[in-house]
Amino acid sequence: MKSLMKSAASRGAAFRLRSDTPTNEARSVNAAPLTKVSRRDFLRIVPTATAGLVIGIHLPRIAQASPLFKPNAYLCIDQMGIVTVIVARSEMGQGVRTSIPMLVAEELEADWNKVRIEPALANKDLYGDQGTGGSDSIQSLFTPLRQAGAAAREMLIEAAAKGWNVPASECRARNGMVEHPPSGKRLGFAGCVEEAAKLPVPKEPKLKDPKEFRILGTPIKRLDTPSKTDGTAIYGIDVRVPGMMFAMVARPPVPGAKLQKFDEPAAHKIAGVKHVVRFGESVAVVADNSWSARQGRDAMNVAWDDGPNAALSSASIEELFKQTSEKGGVAWRKDGDVEKALQSSKMLNTVYHFPFLAHAPMEPQNCTAHVHADSAELWAPTQVPQDVQEAVAGAIGLKPEQIKVHITLMGGGFGRRLFADYAVEAAQVSKAVGAPVQVLWTREDDTQGHYYRPASYHRMSGGVDANGWPLAYRHQVVSPSIAHHHWSSYKDGLDNVVVGQTMWLYETPNVHLEYAMANTPITPAWWRAVYTTHCGFATECFVDELAKLGGKDPYAWRLKLLEGNRTMKVRRTEWSTARLRNVLELAATKAGWGKPLPKGRARGIACYPSFGSYAAHVAEVSIQDGAVRVHRVTCAVDCGMHVNPDIIAAQMESSVVFGLTAVLHDAITIEKGRVQQSNFHDYPMLRIHEMPVVETHIVKNTERPGGIGEPGVAVVAPAVANAVFALTGKPVRRLPIRAEDLA
Amino acid sequence: MANFTLNVNGKSHRVDVDPDMPLLWVLRDTLNLTGTKYGCGMALCGACTVHVNGEATRSCITPVSEAAGKKITTIEGLSLNRSHPVQLAWIAEDVPQCGYCQVGMIMTTAALLKAKPKPTDADIDEALGEHICRCGTYQRIRRAVHRAAKSGALSPAPAKRPAKRAAAGGAR
Repeated sequence: MKSLMKSAASRGAAFRLRSDTPTNEARSVNAAPLTKVSRRDFLRIVPTATAGLVIGIHLPRIAQASPLFKPNAYLCIDQMGIVTVIVARSEMGQGVRTSIPMLVAEELEADWNKVRIEPALANKDLYGDQGTGGSDSIQSLFTPLRQAGAAAREMLIEAAAKGWNVPASECRARNGMVEHPPSGKRLGFAGCVEEAAKLPVPKEPKLKDPKEFRILGTPIKRLDTPSKTDGTAIYGIDVRVPGMMFAMVARPPVPGAKLQKFDEPAAHKIAGVKHVVRFGESVAVVADNSWSARQGRDAMNVAWDDGPNAALSSASIEELFKQTSEKGGVAWRKDGDVEKALQSSKMLNTVYHFPFLAHAPMEPQNCTAHVHADSAELWAPTQVPQDVQEAVAGAIGLKPEQIKVHITLMGGGFGRRLFADYAVEAAQVSKAVGAPVQVLWTREDDTQGHYYRPASYHRMSGGVDANGWPLAYRHQVVSPSIAHHHWSSYKDGLDNVVVGQTMWLYETPNVHLEYAMANTPITPAWWRAVYTTHCGFATECFVDELAKLGGKDPYAWRLKLLEGNRTMKVRRTEWSTARLRNVLELAATKAGWGKPLPKGRARGIACYPSFGSYAAHVAEVSIQDGAVRVHRVTCAVDCGMHVNPDIIAAQMESSVVFGLTAVLHDAITIEKGRVQQSNFHDYPMLRIHEMPVVETHIVKNTERPGGIGEPGVAVVAPAVANAVFALTGKPVRRLPIRAEDLA
Repeated sequence: MANFTLNVNGKSHRVDVDPDMPLLWVLRDTLNLTGTKYGCGMALCGACTVHVNGEATRSCITPVSEAAGKKITTIEGLSLNRSHPVQLAWIAEDVPQCGYCQVGMIMTTAALLKAKPKPTDADIDEALGEHICRCGTYQRIRRAVHRAAKSGALSPAPAKRPAKRAAAGGAR
């Protein structure tokens, strides 16, 4: 597994999760060149009739007529006027299969009822890096997709104008029609495509003034909702290919463990089992159905030599963190003299502890692969199609361009699908048996699969002056480095993602921010909201402790220290205190901060900038029967110019549940090298009766678009913990919150 | 291995499988009805919910031998063209995000509304409390359940009336 990651790391252009974004609107690493796509290219890139799938599986409806007009890689229009938008990002519930076509349709002036989508195949030449993560899709595609739609619009107008023999400047496009108001002439896009296809593609099409938006900024219903209500939506695990078999893999239960022995004949005794394949330190049982594959795997009684990490435990990792903390790390921010200031003030020292966390998407990892002599075809629920191509190519001795990857829908991503490991497994097994194979993971495999949000340890110190305002703030982050593990792009002891996600915008004369890397044998993984999930939590909980130390209301404290309309550049993002303050005020006002609450309830507040956006939450909490009960979460978010407010609200609701689950329920613990959790009985998820009422308030402005999938996760947890602090007087310094922490 | 006849969505299927094989895998892998999902294999998440003789049932722990001879309805057979009131409510409320858990939610809700056409929030908690949505769509699910209930399109089967008797000796 490690060698797989290294090979992914050694390639040239790395997919970068953007924890911050440059301010330049025109910047886009992912922009596809606006070139004309030849008909042959188009037929190659669109999974025409998704070749290879068994009849009877419902396919997304693609245009019946062959598309005539293909000005760029993102859209085509056929002679019936159906607009097909090619979606080159992975849909994992965050709504890109709707927001991406909205961006194109707006500028194109398409009739939304005639818009269809087609998921792109993996194709770096056409789409650039299709990696989906870091809440980055809208941030990086906002302008290129609008340009794609606008260019097509101008070509359609020109085509119609030519036919009418009128100036194009007197024409306009509106809702799927080109119109010439002076004469009243109108022509549907269907009537323009043939002529438009002959025209050159404008290099700098004119974009609409946001005031004229009719689609963007509206709560249009998602295009993929209907298929998700009738079983026709195909996820990776639903892929069926003629001649396909199913495989379950026995993998090392301890990082670095070696396969010792397994009873292969026992597997073959299970009806349906066809092959047993060893690869590396894993062994796969291949059968004509998933269940027999699992039975076969169980029957083999696989034994392991646990290897060098046999004694690894949560306790030993905690000890490593403590020692690393004492050794110290590398500071990336040193304002004033924190040590001196701390000595002269009323001081507070704390430590926060966070466990490993599993992603637990509802669809466990899986991939279907069909490897041939000089090519391979994969159906992968993946967030990183290019990585899949590279990793699979490396593993089976082909070139990336020989690997065709269909990017399927996925039942949740959350960062787990940023790794190509399960795709490599499928390819290796398919190659070994010479047939299409779907490797699927059980829930237990998924929970114990070793890719986790890293555990961490935060040492914080703060001091207040005679008036109770902060004089000094010191935050040391001790945690494994994801960047270092996967890309070796970590430099001089600093992990840039940690730097970008450990924020302190509060006016404080002496500030010291430091990172001390502490790697463990457990693979650290991107997990929804990444480092903000612990760095943000520690920061915002410490704020409440510091506020209390100074005798201040935590909301008033934040309001005051975000005054001054300051900006702070962290890596490539220029963060604004005014925008953070605004979103804080919005959440507090809507939540009724300061108004009386029923007895036994308290409010907690938190705000944080991340992934290009600003979020603030107020949580209303009580403690019942020794457990935390969250009644209401009021969310405010500033994500700049937004595409679909209903999708934004859905993402905020989603972030609340994701964050709450971590606060209230979950920890991955290690004992004797093994993960102790396995399924939803010991790694529980939030359920419907625990769901608070969630309200979302979206700031409307014309700022550069920010992300929305992740910013809410960072703030819900500290908001809840701060409410608990208000209720019990005891700060929450360890997650998940346990009954004994509340007593 | 043994032969079973399964009645799925009104059609008869003969399958030759291990009697212990969970119905979920027979549906997904033998019959290629992939609408019903695998989430946990332990009846903890509800993604595998189907109707067996009208009752919401976790197919991941139902051996195929137990389901044989009974009326099985999967999501594919719940309605024509998404016309079931629960599906319509789900679409109106734009409930799904990743969508993987939603088939199970819909099947349980359909069964719930048949038994309790006007469920309370407590009824919803109880019926859907066995389901997991990792994307956190619970708020919208609840709204959709109430919406489907309000639509009045679901009601319990009418009580059987005694058949009208022809008047003795009279022509009808």
